[in-house]
Amino acid sequence: MSSRLKITDLHVSVADTPILRGVNMEIQQGEIHALMGPNGSGKSTLAYALAGHPNYEVTSGSIEIDGVNITELEADERARLGMFLAFQYPVVIPGVKVADFIRHAISNVRNPDRKEGEGLVPMREYRKEIRAKMDELDMDPEFARRYLNDGFSGGEKKRMEILQMAMLQPKFAILDETDSGLDSDAVRVVSEGLAKLSGPQMGVLIITHHERLLEFNPPKYTHVMLGGRIVETGDAALAHELHANGYAAIRERHPDAAADNAVTEAAAV
Amino acid sequence: MSTEAPEKAEVEIGDYQYGFHDSTDNYEFKSRKGLDAEIVAQISEMKNEPAWMRDFRLKSLEIFESRPMPNWGGDMTELDFNDIFYYMKAAKEQGRSWDDVPDDIRKTYDRLGIPEAEKKYLAGVKAQYESEVVYGSLQEDLAKQGVLFTDTDSALRDHPEIFREYFASVIPPEDNKFAALNSAVWSGGSFIYVPPGVNIDFPLQAYFRINSENMGQFERTLIIVDEGASAHYVEGCTAPTYSSDSLHSAVVEIIVKKGGRFRYTTIQNWSNNVYNLVTKRAMAYQDSLMEWVDGNLGSRLTMKYPAIWLMEPGARGETLSIAFAGDDQHQDAGAKMVHCAPDTSSRIISKSISKDGGRSSYRGLVKVEDGARNCKSNVVCDALILDPESKSDTYPYIEVEEQDVAIEHEASVSKIAEEQLFYLMSRGLTEAEASAMIVTGFIEPLVKELPMEYAVEMNRLIELQMEGSVG
Repeated sequence: MSSRLKITDLHVSVADTPILRGVNMEIQQGEIHALMGPNGSGKSTLAYALAGHPNYEVTSGSIEIDGVNITELEADERARLGMFLAFQYPVVIPGVKVADFIRHAISNVRNPDRKEGEGLVPMREYRKEIRAKMDELDMDPEFARRYLNDGFSGGEKKRMEILQMAMLQPKFAILDETDSGLDSDAVRVVSEGLAKLSGPQMGVLIITHHERLLEFNPPKYTHVMLGGRIVETGDAALAHELHANGYAAIRERHPDAAADNAVTEAAAV
Repeated sequence: MSTEAPEKAEVEIGDYQYGFHDSTDNYEFKSRKGLDAEIVAQISEMKNEPAWMRDFRLKSLEIFESRPMPNWGGDMTELDFNDIFYYMKAAKEQGRSWDDVPDDIRKTYDRLGIPEAEKKYLAGVKAQYESEVVYGSLQEDLAKQGVLFTDTDSALRDHPEIFREYFASVIPPEDNKFAALNSAVWSGGSFIYVPPGVNIDFPLQAYFRINSENMGQFERTLIIVDEGASAHYVEGCTAPTYSSDSLHSAVVEIIVKKGGRFRYTTIQNWSNNVYNLVTKRAMAYQDSLMEWVDGNLGSRLTMKYPAIWLMEPGARGETLSIAFAGDDQHQDAGAKMVHCAPDTSSRIISKSISKDGGRSSYRGLVKVEDGARNCKSNVVCDALILDPESKSDTYPYIEVEEQDVAIEHEASVSKIAEEQLFYLMSRGLTEAEASAMIVTGFIEPLVKELPMEYAVEMNRLIELQMEGSVG
């Protein structure tokens, strides 16, 4: 019985500014969805709203996992329900080793009732597992000893996000422009990594401007976002067309959304 | 229904887990409260000290009485010098083996995990309970190499020449009011002498704690590292929770001779009623290296500025310091580096954290004397303030009397960034866990220099402190 993430008429504001104006989407475990759209369309806002960032206020609509409304839940509670966000700009946490951090994270996610200070995944078991995953993703084991994102190149940060995803094994993974800012080698590594991880256990939402990530991970559905809502849904061919021709045609077909988009784009810092 | 809860000197709500004590009726001797020449003379007599030490104590008492209280640092208006016992003797003899140590003292140390200390990496344990060193043992190895590791009282008795040569040479009683106090009533502490060329690979350790009410701790430590020798000394101490105030005024003197290397590590976790006023200073000679690793948690007020005087060319000094101030706590900590010779270098890394209205300050001095050319000094002081009620201050003093030097000072103040919290929480960590992780990461540069069991204890202490922070 696979899980379903259902987003219904979602309206989200940031600092009282409406960004999402009624998003509808359903993602089933095992499906890959692509989300494309020009700057200011609200793609990242959707990602942050799904993950539960405190600054992103849901003003109406709902987000449900298997019928349970998660809109009021904190980010960590959502993580324990199987939500994962691969950040576009992962933040640096100085002094915290990658290995320690991931160990805590998976302990919580695998045992949601874990009390603080107890029940960490046993070290031996953990070491074997993370080593294996790093091998699979072709990552240097030294990585695990480094401080989280501290001094990492763009590519290394993105691969760290993929490693976390590999260890946490979420039900729903949202990748926020995971392929941006990377050279083609790095994109290929990330794409292959993602391909290894996706399968019937994972519903994936790939937010991207580019096609490259989608080459290895062809989407079942492609959604186009404009002005804070999804204006069109197609298949992999739509992604290809957008990548080739840009958003001019989309804007023509949806002038209201285009107008809203222009406002948000102008306001964006 | 009223039943009296059994007397259990235990934890204050939340944090302090070592808040237990034994009955103090097991003391062999206890001075009356307060301080005067009679008590000082009594201390000296009980210890069978030579005349010079008795006279030294009495002179120091005069100095103590003549000096005013410092008008900077923390608030000591509630400290009543007359309301303190300055000397207690807990057991008859210094035990040679663990079995010789009196029962309830042993029990106390069991709870603190002391028997663990006799494992592989540790050379010996000097455990100070109240004012006397009760238990000590030294591995034969060290003794054969001519290493002296004993308590200060015994050192005065058994090694009078070397003792007298160095005692009070680094910190004379005139130095400050609390050094004078310690000089008058000192008892216990560690004495270490490492002969030339001897390298001790494992840390020498000591534990001590304050027990009874109104007890002052005045241990005096003297460490001499001779030419080309090296060692590492670790102390960690805890104190139980009490309603009246405890005074801890220690003096630590260290001499590191030519080519020597020495590190002194402390984690202090005093309970909230303790005034912890310490004078610690090292003299580093030619091409030597001296390091202080100083972790301060707890206490009502801590004033402590480990100092290194770089006496000859090539000397290097480094101090890593953490101060964590919680509710009703004031940490005024830092470091001092004095460059007295050319081609010397120093580094200070200070991390201070304040939470729940606590106040955590860095107070430091970098001084370069005239003629001390080509010196380098680097200071990094970072403060993390965890909530709007808490405070952090920085008092950096830089006094440079020489042109040809490179002095750097960087300071930062931060709070836990929302984006960092969100990132960690989005991976399933609760807000409390995420905060604790960020704070642990903040002090990591110091924690990674600690011996493993201290690192674990340090992280656990931080987690405990952080647990109260949410909800």
